[in-house]
Amino acid sequence: MSRFEPRRFLLGLAAPVLALLVAVLVTSLILVITGDPVADVWSQMLKAPKPGQATDMINNAVVLYFSAIAVAIGFRMNLFNIGVDGQYRVAAFAAAAVGGQALLPGPLNIVLILLVAMATGALWAGIAAWLKVTRGVSEVISTIMLNSIATGVVAWLLAKVAAEQSAGSNDIGTKRLPDSSHLDGFVLLAGTQKKVYGLIVLAVVVGFLYWFVINRTRFGYDLRATGRSESAAVASGVNVKRMVLSSMLLSGAVAGMVGLPLLLGENYNYGTDFQAGLGFSGIAIALIGRNNAIGIALGALLWSYLDKQAVTLPIATDVDDSIVKIIQGVMVLAVVIAYEVVRRLGKRIEQQQVTRELAAQDRQPVAEGASA
Amino acid sequence: MTAGLEIGTRVVQDAPRSRRIPTKYLLASGVAGLVLLSLLRIVTGANDIDSGGIISAALIGAVPIGLAGLGGLWSERAGVVNIGLEGMMILGTWGAAWAGIKWGPWMGLVGGIVAGLVGAAIHALATIGFGVDHIVSGVALNVIAPGATSYLASRTFTGLQGGGPTQSPPLKQLPRFSVPGIEDPLTDLERKQWFLLSDVAGILRGLLTNLSVVTIIAILLVVATWWILWRTPFGLRLRSCGESPVAAETLGVNVYLYKVYGVLASGALAGLAGAFLAQVAANAYREGQTGGRGYIGLAAMIFGNWRPGGLAGGSLLFGYTDAARLRNAGSNIHALILLAAVLLVVIGLWQLLRRRRVVQGVIALVVGVGALLMYLLTDQVSSELAATTPYVVTLLVMALASQRLRMPAADGKIYRRGEGQ
Repeated sequence: MSRFEPRRFLLGLAAPVLALLVAVLVTSLILVITGDPVADVWSQMLKAPKPGQATDMINNAVVLYFSAIAVAIGFRMNLFNIGVDGQYRVAAFAAAAVGGQALLPGPLNIVLILLVAMATGALWAGIAAWLKVTRGVSEVISTIMLNSIATGVVAWLLAKVAAEQSAGSNDIGTKRLPDSSHLDGFVLLAGTQKKVYGLIVLAVVVGFLYWFVINRTRFGYDLRATGRSESAAVASGVNVKRMVLSSMLLSGAVAGMVGLPLLLGENYNYGTDFQAGLGFSGIAIALIGRNNAIGIALGALLWSYLDKQAVTLPIATDVDDSIVKIIQGVMVLAVVIAYEVVRRLGKRIEQQQVTRELAAQDRQPVAEGASA
Repeated sequence: MTAGLEIGTRVVQDAPRSRRIPTKYLLASGVAGLVLLSLLRIVTGANDIDSGGIISAALIGAVPIGLAGLGGLWSERAGVVNIGLEGMMILGTWGAAWAGIKWGPWMGLVGGIVAGLVGAAIHALATIGFGVDHIVSGVALNVIAPGATSYLASRTFTGLQGGGPTQSPPLKQLPRFSVPGIEDPLTDLERKQWFLLSDVAGILRGLLTNLSVVTIIAILLVVATWWILWRTPFGLRLRSCGESPVAAETLGVNVYLYKVYGVLASGALAGLAGAFLAQVAANAYREGQTGGRGYIGLAAMIFGNWRPGGLAGGSLLFGYTDAARLRNAGSNIHALILLAAVLLVVIGLWQLLRRRRVVQGVIALVVGVGALLMYLLTDQVSSELAATTPYVVTLLVMALASQRLRMPAADGKIYRRGEGQ
């Protein structure tokens, strides 16, 4: 950032606010049409969460943050990693299976779990990257297919694990992590016993590294250049195939972390009840946060706030909680449209400004020799 | 204007290289495939791999995939990538069930189409109106559609007899047709399990009896799409928007309008695909019914090289693998592994001996022998892994075919009027 420009800042802020308003408006309209109590729904949704609920929201946001960062790494170079969903499930399963063996003592086991998760996530994403680089298969289709394949493979592996399990245990899952490998986190908010995931620290580190690598390194520059204009990047000596491969592997490695807060801080094993579908929310949050480390954090918090507030909706107002999916979906669409409109508006204002300045220059006699 | 090298007075032209495969090769490979399938059936004893039942199930599986693929074709030929097909299809399942309950099965089809159109209108507004990235808009649509659908379903189906928040009451059936007088003789012939004859009987029985009216509509739509897009001025203009919108603009084509036509047609077809799933394949709306078929439809379209004929072939392939896993997955998929092994070994040898491509040949041979070992060492495929067959096949087919494909030149590019160079 060279200098602070109030207009750009305001325009940047205008888009998400506008989108949120549109989402509220459209959702209210749908509620009115279907005859549901609009006021009740909103008062329930906007009720201040209790400290326990707020902790839940933060925890959920931590998980979503990893997912969105993974997606954003691809987005920055116009690569659509729709496969975060499959990558994190395969990675979490592998990490849980290895971690459950307790091969290393205490904290070392946690490091092992982290490495296994990252490697597995990268490997699963690597299939799509390899297909794109060598065979020209669009990553959009291949990652979607790999999501479904991941579902089958994990289910198959779980069934194998279950076959080894002692009969009589109800929950099918991998072996429980040893107690020394649990990361229970800490109490962040007063007034509740609930703990925030310890891996929130990792999320902050990943967020910082994401910002640093993308904005402050040669690799990040090449990555952004490839995203902006592939032909320009090639002309300046970027090996696009290698960039595709490395950014996809990186994206997969971060995707591998998505399941870890749950694994280390809540479930302690990978079972049939492991949370699914986090990858798709990640895509939406990356879009809302404009691939920006801070923006994604805010987006993840907002998303998680909506998710958790909706849980009580059916009890309090008799409205199905899937209304929140509509709010979220409309918000995403409105956000991308608003960003596009704002971008074009900014461009037009800039053009007009340059035109004005040029006109002003023309009126002044130019000094000799000061040709452009 | 003649392109070509002029030597003296004679114009030397390249021999016209057609991408089309001559009909006699197609016929020959069809017959060869049939013989192979028949041999496979006899060797493995998996009698279901070409029975009338599985062919009929494959057709039912292929129709929604094919309709979604046709939707993708309309949209992408106009230059708009439509990953939102899945969402439009989901909207279609609800629309069909709701309208079907209210006004009867035929209006159900209309309801599905209208619901798909609503999704398409959103996609068109975002991509064509506002110039949002096509994939971003499609992804957003795929977030909204399941949410909106499950909300609407919980509003409309709860409290109805046999319905609930995630499921509609059973729907009334649309008519089905059979070619008269062939069902019984074909079934008899199929039961005899003769080499080749029984196989032909099974396939014919699957294709000609007990067809849903929507299946027939779908087949007609494939032909109609080909005719409209490749044989009418309208189609030429629409395709020109997908190939070179700036050139189309200079010729006076209203590019925005044609892109909107393409996307709307796409939504209508995806909605019809959803209606088929709810009304014909399942007999009720169920949450999560589409199961990613919109995406597979896109894959089928790419597999078919953005052409209706290839697309229909691709969807039959995917429909077949889907049917093979749903019916008696263990033995069917197990038998198909043998087929894949044999094909891979043949391809490997051909690459190695005739085309002198060592790497490709060895890879194909190794994978082929691996598959053969897998076939010999196991006698069943677990149902969980069998469930991944359509997706694995999609990936494999894309990996093998995608380099020979050509998508519309301006597909997925954002077009703004008057901004062409």
